[in-house]
Amino acid sequence: MNGESRHPGKRAARSEPAWVRWALLTLALAFVFLFLLLPLAAVFVEAFRKGLDSYVSALAEPEALSAIGLTLLVAVVAVPCNLVFGVSAAWAIAKFEFPGKSALTTLIDLPFSVSPVVAGLVYVLMFGAHGWFGPWLMAHDIKIIFALPGMVLATTFVTFPFVARELLPLMQSQGTDEEQASIVLGASGWQTFWYVTLPNIRWALLYGVILCNARAMGEFGAVSVVSGHIRGQTNTMPLHIEILYNEYQSVAAFAVATLLTLLALVTLLVKSLAEWKFERQQRTAQTLSPERPVSP
Amino acid sequence: MQTLAAGRPAVSGAGRGKSLRVLPGFKLTLAFTLFYLSIIVLIPLSGLFAKTLTLDWQHFVAAVSSPRVLASYRLTFGASFIAALVNTFFGLVIAWVLVRYEFFGKKLIDALVDLPFALPTAVAGISLTALLATNGWVGSLLEPYGIVLAFNPNGVVIALTFIGLPFVVRTVQPVLEDCEQELEEAAMCLGATPWQSFAHVIFPTIAPALLTGFAMAFARGVGEYGSVIFIAGNMPMVSEITPLIIIGKLEQYDYAGATAVASVLLVASFAMLFVINALQTWQRQRLGASS
Repeated sequence: MNGESRHPGKRAARSEPAWVRWALLTLALAFVFLFLLLPLAAVFVEAFRKGLDSYVSALAEPEALSAIGLTLLVAVVAVPCNLVFGVSAAWAIAKFEFPGKSALTTLIDLPFSVSPVVAGLVYVLMFGAHGWFGPWLMAHDIKIIFALPGMVLATTFVTFPFVARELLPLMQSQGTDEEQASIVLGASGWQTFWYVTLPNIRWALLYGVILCNARAMGEFGAVSVVSGHIRGQTNTMPLHIEILYNEYQSVAAFAVATLLTLLALVTLLVKSLAEWKFERQQRTAQTLSPERPVSP
Repeated sequence: MQTLAAGRPAVSGAGRGKSLRVLPGFKLTLAFTLFYLSIIVLIPLSGLFAKTLTLDWQHFVAAVSSPRVLASYRLTFGASFIAALVNTFFGLVIAWVLVRYEFFGKKLIDALVDLPFALPTAVAGISLTALLATNGWVGSLLEPYGIVLAFNPNGVVIALTFIGLPFVVRTVQPVLEDCEQELEEAAMCLGATPWQSFAHVIFPTIAPALLTGFAMAFARGVGEYGSVIFIAGNMPMVSEITPLIIIGKLEQYDYAGATAVASVLLVASFAMLFVINALQTWQRQRLGASS
């Protein structure tokens, strides 16, 4: 009876009556419309409020261009650092057992729950003029706070867990069978990682990197604390948006915002793609499984 | 060979000490992980606590408990709490609809739920403000009824609701997907009404995930800065959030005061991280026991 009533892959029984279903669906769609679709649409409508010309000229301004350049530069440093860290941390945590593992996992999550403003502040306290290393840095004429290195550090802090967080659950669920087989068959550690592990995690890795990148380019609070807001020099795109907005240059602010919004939409697209690929991979693995040796 | 085919030696525990040694790179990756974690996160954060310890006690107390700062705690924690509650309810509804129903545009909505993760907070801030200001699409509709949602504490709640939306959906969704349909069907067969089967079968299963999502949304809201400052109006005592207090003190070169208030926020984040961790452990145990 139990076997007959199940339709594999499909939810057969929905216990709730139709009116409840419609009510819940309406409620969910209304909330998504109000809180997600409207803000998304507003960005583009506001940006094109005065037509295409003022949109283009807002983006072609030297200050906007320098903000875009600086944002790219910060991301180009911060994202690869967090990528290497994420892969390395996921390898150590997912493939090995060691004491203190769960504590380490918690510590990796720590930057998620620290306010971006506090994240910026800790670097000011380290490297600022009144900070622990401030006098030494001044003596050697090295500028970290109110300069690029500080912005890179703050961004790295805020986007620290993203790659590791995407990889960890996946690599933990995959276990170590395939890697062990590869090593037993004589592959080196690098070969094993490159040809066995990486193909298994590439979509999660791609999403982790692209999310990390979106957050790095969009980081506002932490960078705002350490940047010093020097126009044309230490302004990233989000900071530039703030300045324009506070100067009532709404169209220009939203014009720059559309670029970051497009980046966010690409991020979501990659995520959907990664999930789709992953599900397909799972399905192929399931159809292949009968050919494998049957475990007792 | 047997253990290899049986799978997942890292979890199964049988002969794990031996088999795990096969894989290389443990020392290298762990050493790098610890090193990087230390220089980016741990040392800077301990620097803040070290700085807090150098403050004299009276100054510290005065900085963290002045009326303006106390008002900012009330707003920050209160608005985060309300926003997390709103998200818990609507997050559950959205997860429910996404898991159990088929409708047009479902894939799109599923993808859109992550928008607040990916959209920069400053963009969210100006966009919500443009919508809710009295000349905006939503604000102009509500103004005749005397409802003002921007430039006051309502705006803070709305911004934090936007920011926290994905947390509940994404923690509840997988649990709801794994919810055993047989149990629900059994409840129905035994004569349970739909409400009873929700309250007694489904809800207990998803409760830990729901609480985890709530705690995550709350924790995120307490630290949030970018989206809030545009919409809040930032009036002292009324709509000024705690992170903004820190920024204000920094702009006046009051590093000691900023550090003191930041240490309060940081202790709150640690506490919430601890709670979230405990909730996740509870959830794993609950799921492990049921399957």
